Amino acid sequence: MADGGTIATASGLRRIAGALALIRESPIAMAGLALVAFWVALAILAPVLPLHDPNLPVAPFKKPLAEAKDGAVYWLGTDHKGRDMLARVIFGARRVLIWATFATSVAYVVGIMMGVVAGYLGGWWDEVLSFLGNVLLSFPVMVLYIVIIAYLGSTGFNIVLAVTFASAPGIMRIVRGLVLDLKTRDYILAAQTRGEAPLYIMLVELLPNARGPLIVDACLRLGYTTITIAMLGYLGLGLPPPDPDWGKMIAETQPLGSFAGHMAVIPALAISSLVLGFNLLADGLREISLRD
Amino acid sequence: MADSDIVPVLECKGLCVSFRTRAGEVPAVADFDMTVMPGEAVGLVGESGCGKSTVALAVMRYLGVNGAIVGGEVRFRGRDMADMSADELRRVRGSKIAMVYQEPMASLNPSMRIGEQLMEVPIYHEGASRDGARKRAMAMLEDVRLPDPARIMDAYPHQLSGGQQQRVVIAMALLSRPELLLLDEPTTALDVTVEAGIVQLVKDLARRHGTAMIYISHNLGLILETCDRVTVMYSGEAVESGAVGDVFERMRHPYTRGLFASIPLPGADRHARPLVPIPGQLPLPHRRPSGCNFGPRCAFLAEGRCDAERIPMRALDSREHAARCVRVDDIDWSAAAGPADAAEAIQPGRVVLDVEGMRKYYEVRDSSLLALIQGESVRYVKANEEITFQAREAETVAIVGESGCGKSTFAKVLMGLEQASAGAVRLDGKDLAQVPVNERRAGTIGRLQMVFQNPFDTLNPSHSVGAQIARVVRKFGVETDPAKVQEKVYELLDLVKLPREFAHRRPRQLSGGQKQRVGIARAFAGNPAIVVADEPVSALDVSVQAAVTGLLTEIQRTRRTTLLFISHDLSVVRYLADRVIVMYLGHIVEQGTTDQVFNPPYHPYTEALLSAVPIADTSVEKREIVLSGEIPSALDPPPGCPFQTRCPRRIDGLCDTEMPPRRRLADGHEVLCHLDDDSFAAMTPVFAMQAAS
Repeated sequence: MADGGTIATASGLRRIAGALALIRESPIAMAGLALVAFWVALAILAPVLPLHDPNLPVAPFKKPLAEAKDGAVYWLGTDHKGRDMLARVIFGARRVLIWATFATSVAYVVGIMMGVVAGYLGGWWDEVLSFLGNVLLSFPVMVLYIVIIAYLGSTGFNIVLAVTFASAPGIMRIVRGLVLDLKTRDYILAAQTRGEAPLYIMLVELLPNARGPLIVDACLRLGYTTITIAMLGYLGLGLPPPDPDWGKMIAETQPLGSFAGHMAVIPALAISSLVLGFNLLADGLREISLRD
Repeated sequence: MADSDIVPVLECKGLCVSFRTRAGEVPAVADFDMTVMPGEAVGLVGESGCGKSTVALAVMRYLGVNGAIVGGEVRFRGRDMADMSADELRRVRGSKIAMVYQEPMASLNPSMRIGEQLMEVPIYHEGASRDGARKRAMAMLEDVRLPDPARIMDAYPHQLSGGQQQRVVIAMALLSRPELLLLDEPTTALDVTVEAGIVQLVKDLARRHGTAMIYISHNLGLILETCDRVTVMYSGEAVESGAVGDVFERMRHPYTRGLFASIPLPGADRHARPLVPIPGQLPLPHRRPSGCNFGPRCAFLAEGRCDAERIPMRALDSREHAARCVRVDDIDWSAAAGPADAAEAIQPGRVVLDVEGMRKYYEVRDSSLLALIQGESVRYVKANEEITFQAREAETVAIVGESGCGKSTFAKVLMGLEQASAGAVRLDGKDLAQVPVNERRAGTIGRLQMVFQNPFDTLNPSHSVGAQIARVVRKFGVETDPAKVQEKVYELLDLVKLPREFAHRRPRQLSGGQKQRVGIARAFAGNPAIVVADEPVSALDVSVQAAVTGLLTEIQRTRRTTLLFISHDLSVVRYLADRVIVMYLGHIVEQGTTDQVFNPPYHPYTEALLSAVPIADTSVEKREIVLSGEIPSALDPPPGCPFQTRCPRRIDGLCDTEMPPRRRLADGHEVLCHLDDDSFAAMTPVFAMQAAS
């Protein structure tokens, strides 16, 4: 975890350096970090890379490494509408990373608030919030997504809403459990005996100490959300066209797989590698945090 | 005595144990020698991190994946254990060598009945029949003096109290008829009166079964009570070993002497003869100094001699007494351990805290059908009954009692975390019994602060030390200007004798004692009138305890703060307190000045409590009073006197029916007891000092 290093004073850069030094201890975490960083770098650099326009049809059904008329190379070929696959995969990464991060963050804010309140205040707060969480968790996730998106329309906002509904109860449970343990510590008692407001205790005294397990969970959840967004795209419930969407790319080209398999295989590989990256990173971080 | 033809049960020679960690290979134990003869009890004493538990684990060869014996040998009955096969080792462990750990609950399988767990031992190790195993288990339960063995056999571990569980664990260890019993802090998790019972049991069993024992403890008093010989460890090495009498009376290592000077023995006085803490800190295992490990903390360090090379163990006068010190002959061992800064006693002032008839009952709703039928769906846990006492300015009042006595509940009511059910708690004449903390003014809260028990829990690991103290300074409105707050933080660090740069440190970079000092600085940030200290030193090593109690006394002297000292440790209480309040099951059973409470006449519970405290002084003779039974539940207190179920002086027909009266034995000395004046007058002291030899 970020707090396992030996940094004395808190300069942000040195903290990140310390966290990286820790991650280097776990080959698994390093592999995960490399995969995630690969996609993040591509997504950030997408506008400045010498790519074709991802939405411009040129020549359909080109195999990977095929040469175009103007001499350029279609490194990953083109799809059925003749759009450059490489550009589409990279711009698709941009899209999925932005929305996955955004949706997971919102789910986290909601889940953490619910969990901290339920765990720290207890009593009726806990009863009501836990009940609410259990009701949401008892819904099959797929049905929940389809109902929300089919009913409210497939916009980015609704995807965030769906992910929040599906993830927040789980996050709440983790946070609630952590808080139930942390709130018995003497430093919480110390804060109470000096008359601190509950909100201050929850946000300043409790929450920072729950960050370790939450960082691990966040990595896992980013992976799930990536899958969710791809799945919604595959089902036609994803982000509106024309921008490339990994899930939709698979759905559209899958029937043509017999003679141009690369069109579906490449986005599928992209999804798995990103999700694998998040999972490996989570595994490695957990391993590091359990050591010592 | 070690005759050459008797084979020792266990012999460690030059034992070295290392652990592999992130910081590289860390030597945990180095060059460790120990011999245990048949039937002998050997103590292993030292502070946390000295390697005493590692020795036990090395003997059992349970060092885990990252630990290894890197040198020396361990011989069990003359055979080198390194030569034994995995199969042989398994047979030896558990049947020839048995171990009892600190946490009894962790040693028992929670999902198996006690009987099954006990019977496993003879069935597995000796192939005994189920019937035979059952008989043996029953007999052993009787041997460890558990009442009603048949019921215990059918019970699950969680249905037994901590003391009963530890007796079961000891019974399990003895069932295989081991030749060597390793006890690693077997009573640390228990209450003192329960501990006294276990200690008596261990002594008695060792005598009857002739089992050799290694008793590991941080408590010198317990070692004196249980052992024949003792090895004192410091920073991974044995620094002194010998017969208990030799080591306790004629110690020949500066660390041993420092250890004895820092524990509150009878006769220590916090004003006239304060304890002498050992300066400095235990070195980290991978940053040990060259030469003597104790060198940097030693008053007798001779440069060039002590720090030149590894110091070997050196035999002294008697054959078995040895110390790891090159200056044994240069040091005047009869002199006092260090300069004791005597000071005048603090004169208490006006009354600051006045508690009158305070009660705290918790409601427990019982929703079972039976309770509904009987109309008893609401029951009360009477956590505090009739708490009445006063505390004066600059006075130290100790509240003493074992778990469940209600001392923590009282602290919660005082701090405003709970509200009293009845009665008054007046601070400077203002009743706070019903005022929760968030309705108190910042000034009032600041006047009443707390020091917490667990140093590893008292500071928030996510914030720097300075930020945590600054928060309190601002909260109580002492300062608001950032620069002045910072200055105040530095002043508070000065007050607790910590360097100012500690303000920028994180709690994990501090030792236990340093954290506790920060906790004290935080409590004194609002210029408090009263500081409630809930077992502030019980989790600290003894040498650090002395420094922290000294610091508290010093701050109290300059600021005239009232200290409410909550503790179970009567040695510390006698040393620190001006007045003592003894609690049992929610009641104050005795209160008075420290002299009044520690000298007869006593309440029978005080008498037992005094007898239960192990004292590390061979010149003190103690009357043994071991209580039977367990502390009753506060949900279901016994009728009549709360203590009658365990009282050795119970008067049948009176104590078990009628609540005893509150009696004044002398000015300020009150006892809650039925005993008549003659019985009180006939009481003899629990301990007596022998004439100085």
